[in-house]
Amino acid sequence: MWKHHTKLEKHSLPLVISILIVVSIGGIIEIAPLFWLESTIEKVEGVRPYTPLELAGRDIYIREGCYTCHSQMVRPLRDEVERYGHYSLAAESMYDHPFQWGSKRTGPDLARVGGKYSDAWHKDHLIDPRSVVPESVMPPYAFLAEKELDYRDIKEKIRAMTRVGVPYTQEMIDNAAEDLETQADPFASPTQFQARYGAKTLKRDFDGEPEKITEMDALVAYLQMLGTLVDFSTYQAQAPENRR
Amino acid sequence: MANRETDEVTGVDTTGHEWDGIRELDNPLPRWWLYMFWAGIAAAVVYWVLMPAWPGVSGYTRGVLSQSDRADVAVALKDLQTIRGAQAAKLKNATLEQIEADPELQAYAQAVGQSVFGDNCATCHGVGGVGAKGYANLRDDVWLWGGSLEQIHHTIQVGIRSDNPQSRMSQMPAFGRDQMLTSAQINDLTEYVVALSGRTADAAAVRRAAPIYQEQCSACHAADGTGDQAQGAPNLTDQEWLYGSARADIQGQIWNGRGGVMPSWQSRFDPETLKALAVYIHSNAGGQ
Repeated sequence: MWKHHTKLEKHSLPLVISILIVVSIGGIIEIAPLFWLESTIEKVEGVRPYTPLELAGRDIYIREGCYTCHSQMVRPLRDEVERYGHYSLAAESMYDHPFQWGSKRTGPDLARVGGKYSDAWHKDHLIDPRSVVPESVMPPYAFLAEKELDYRDIKEKIRAMTRVGVPYTQEMIDNAAEDLETQADPFASPTQFQARYGAKTLKRDFDGEPEKITEMDALVAYLQMLGTLVDFSTYQAQAPENRR
Repeated sequence: MANRETDEVTGVDTTGHEWDGIRELDNPLPRWWLYMFWAGIAAAVVYWVLMPAWPGVSGYTRGVLSQSDRADVAVALKDLQTIRGAQAAKLKNATLEQIEADPELQAYAQAVGQSVFGDNCATCHGVGGVGAKGYANLRDDVWLWGGSLEQIHHTIQVGIRSDNPQSRMSQMPAFGRDQMLTSAQINDLTEYVVALSGRTADAAAVRRAAPIYQEQCSACHAADGTGDQAQGAPNLTDQEWLYGSARADIQGQIWNGRGGVMPSWQSRFDPETLKALAVYIHSNAGGQ
């Protein structure tokens, strides 16, 4: 057998092809089943795609590298559940591309930060973290409050999300810019927007500057919805289909 | 190929490969390493049998031990209740008055409250609740929405201007921004508030502002400026104010009518934690 192996060792192309075949066996067995196994993602009520404003906020979160210090996954461990709340479900990040689970925490986990603090606190904290948390080592992001959100390409961003399987409807894509403006404007009519994204979707002026939509608006809108979509008072964690 | 021969110096066979006259010894692997290698493979097989491992068509092998992180954390949380023991159970069933009347239970509630406060409340209200501009000081005896144990408990539950339907709610008008008053009137009112809080103010301005105050401000802040806790309207005769007491602060507040938002904690904490927090905060403030 090893005699034949010599042939592979001496011919680079067959060697490359053979390596690819051997390595992909591992991938097929470990990764491929995740796409069809029902147990990969729990079936829960409430998880919806991000609104255009939240999606823009998520892009700022990624652009500024927030994920390098903050994870978004409450692990199923006693101390984590005691501190942050119910452990994260796979379903809660099924529309995240890429997911923000992370494995490094310099700051706290943010998977359940939504609704924990006020918008004003988030704004104060992002402008100058040490003004509200004296021992913080987080850098300031004051420019977010000044910089107007560039959402000219929001429709394309949402269309890109549909390409990787996020179930935005054509109506959501067509109205992306309007929905974004509606969510940041407390006086705009909520009917259309909430019909598309649900009645629980937050709609207000997140940064306290009604005249303009800033990057602060988008980021705070994103932070304030994190971990709030699933109603854990009705979720049956111990049901057989939800066991992992 | 296959030109294996014994090396004269070491007595070990060569591999038979030769590159420009250089040959390679075919030393066997160290035994300890080889046995570890096989033991590692054997351990993996045992692991497959015991633990969830292999994906299949409609599920995955659960393993003989049927291990589940989610079941484990449920057990761990239940154990925690046992560790916390009798006091925790007592706290669950006690009313706020009963906690107050039982020193042992009160001490327990304060300890629970302190640890929960540190992670959740101190972020805004500061370490120990000392407050900051825009975030209420919880260690003094000045309260916007009431400082009795019952009132504090209610505020924690429903929040202030939060998205809870029962939230404590009030909104001071933005007299300047929304052009309800002129700049001159706001300047006069600022002097009036300075005077109310017992400081020297421009007497003429105070006189001019008196009717404006009675018309625009007294419904919430009371005719004598002592405020109204039912509406979260601060007492204007002290100087313990959320957004500062300097003239510029007062002016800014009349102009913008700011009001803070406190989240509702009802859905985040269980009832005993909410009670413990109220007891902790109430005891810090000297009690009302």
